[in-house]
Amino acid sequence: MALNLQEDRGCPIDRQRFTWKELVQTPISKLDDDAFTRVRIILMNGIEMEALRFSHSCARMNRDLQLPLAEVRRTEQHQATTVNGLLGADHSTLETTIAYEQVAIEVTALVAQNEPDEYLAQVYRFGMLEDFDHLYRYSAMLDRLEGKDANNILQCYTDIVPGRPTIVEHRAPQDDLREHYNRALAAPISKLHALTILSGEQQTQNFYLNVAPLYADPVVRQLYIEIASIEEQHVTQYESIIDPNETWLEKWMLHEANEVYNYYSCVQQESDPRIKAIWERCLDYELGHLHVARELFKQHERRDPAEILPADLPEPIKYESQREFVRKILNQEVDLRARGTQFVPKSQEGPESQQYREHLNSSGSPTNTVAAGYQWSPGTELVRGRELAYTEFARDEELTR
Amino acid sequence: MEKSTVLGTNRTGIDMSPIDIKEMVALSNATPSSSPGDEQAIAKMRREYIAGAGVIGSVPPPGTLKGMASTAMEKLAGKNPEAFIDKLGCRLAFERSGVRLYDALITKCSATVDQGHGIPLNTLRKFRDEEFRHFKLVEGAIRSIGADPTAQTPSADVDAMASIGLIQVLTDPRTSVAHCLEAILIAELADNDAWQLLIVLAEKMGMDEMAREFQTALQEEDVHLTHVRQWYKQMIMEDAAVAS
Repeated sequence: MALNLQEDRGCPIDRQRFTWKELVQTPISKLDDDAFTRVRIILMNGIEMEALRFSHSCARMNRDLQLPLAEVRRTEQHQATTVNGLLGADHSTLETTIAYEQVAIEVTALVAQNEPDEYLAQVYRFGMLEDFDHLYRYSAMLDRLEGKDANNILQCYTDIVPGRPTIVEHRAPQDDLREHYNRALAAPISKLHALTILSGEQQTQNFYLNVAPLYADPVVRQLYIEIASIEEQHVTQYESIIDPNETWLEKWMLHEANEVYNYYSCVQQESDPRIKAIWERCLDYELGHLHVARELFKQHERRDPAEILPADLPEPIKYESQREFVRKILNQEVDLRARGTQFVPKSQEGPESQQYREHLNSSGSPTNTVAAGYQWSPGTELVRGRELAYTEFARDEELTR
Repeated sequence: MEKSTVLGTNRTGIDMSPIDIKEMVALSNATPSSSPGDEQAIAKMRREYIAGAGVIGSVPPPGTLKGMASTAMEKLAGKNPEAFIDKLGCRLAFERSGVRLYDALITKCSATVDQGHGIPLNTLRKFRDEEFRHFKLVEGAIRSIGADPTAQTPSADVDAMASIGLIQVLTDPRTSVAHCLEAILIAELADNDAWQLLIVLAEKMGMDEMAREFQTALQEEDVHLTHVRQWYKQMIMEDAAVAS
């Protein structure tokens, strides 16, 4: 199926309809479906959430676009609901969190390799190593809170070892901003990459903020809010690489093109036929949205969408383990730090970020606490077998006497 | 009966990825943790929070403490009525939720009756109605001592927290009748013990009439537990093809 971003009209917006039952379908099997099916679900939910967030911001600044934005947004809302509902309730919140980090690692690693702009590729590699560390921390928490193995979710596609330690990821805001691509010069795929990763990270930030209070354990709460703080930094980083000189309509068209690109990637690789049919429907709807945005772009800006959009879709995202690449980058770049918009050896990090995190970590580091001495083993660390030392019991008895 | 446990493409274990798992384990073994210690670090942080924590909530004062006299409350004089009210409130809430758990179980069993599970729906409906009557019984008991049966007491709140998973199991369309029976069994086991404790507590509080009424409820709960336990066991044995 060859798509043309400049011409395909997809399903007309007035024929994009759902029933409540279509919005709540049978979820995937946590146990039997491939982990990359779950990765696609989480990423596409993130992309739909960004579509909604962008559309609302755009509507607040553009009276003339409010109606078409609202019409398209209604479908985006229902697509988001359909997609997110594919996750089963047998995922504990921490298990879903493990899957979120798998998305961040595998998709960002792939994007980093496909990104033609070397600086942007470096930005992605930098962020990826931080999410890689989050996976290790959450895996320790899942093991030590629920007694579960994170690899039941990861299915051996993604390693569980420390990355750039989260404790040193906390930076002053000025060290989270990056150089943006040039809207006139950047390759179309660079723009789609930026929107894709921004969407994923933003969804992750929102998820962590929302779920932290669901836990009774203050240790888990601290862990979530520490990592949510890094996700805020990541959203700051990734939105800053997007050219702020793009017009609202240019951005809208790129958002729709990105949704087409990502659903197309899902359609190409989905192993579950029932889920593939959902991706195909969403792809058809997104082509309809892109058509709306293209027509408005022509009408309001008197420009040809071909200035912005390529005719052909770039190569789809390949959903497969990026283990070798991640290991190579872990080996080579774990000690990089950010200084302003540039990446430097840790010895050259600026004082602002060091001072910022010195205070933040002064009452302890949740990410270090939960993973103290943690090394992942298949079947949880309890497989390595260790009973509580007798001295522990003796001390407690002493205290309760 | 149709099998509820099937062989399939479960991908969660390491045997599904024999090559990748070797690489994963080798890297994990070769990579030290980034900070020293063990899970006691978590225990230490929890202890700090426990030391600074308040209670989860309080028991509202019964009418008598607000100046309303009652024969029942006179019997409680010199004791700690709030502890009794807390446990009464807990039982009320559990029985009320129990009605909803049975509603969900009845739906599951009636929707799957063609699988030949053999669970008698009328017996389930009877149990459901008995949970409802127990709820009303405790509601009356709480009123009789001038307390408010619409208040959520701390023990009721905590019990509900513990029961969230049971509701999830009973309402997930993909769970089997056996999964749901196990969830109900967990509830009935806890319920049975809780009634026994409540009866002793009522007696110690001098509420002999109340304790006698609760005894009737316990007898019905005994029947629930016996049946659910037997159904569950039978189903598992049949699923494993070892039922005699």
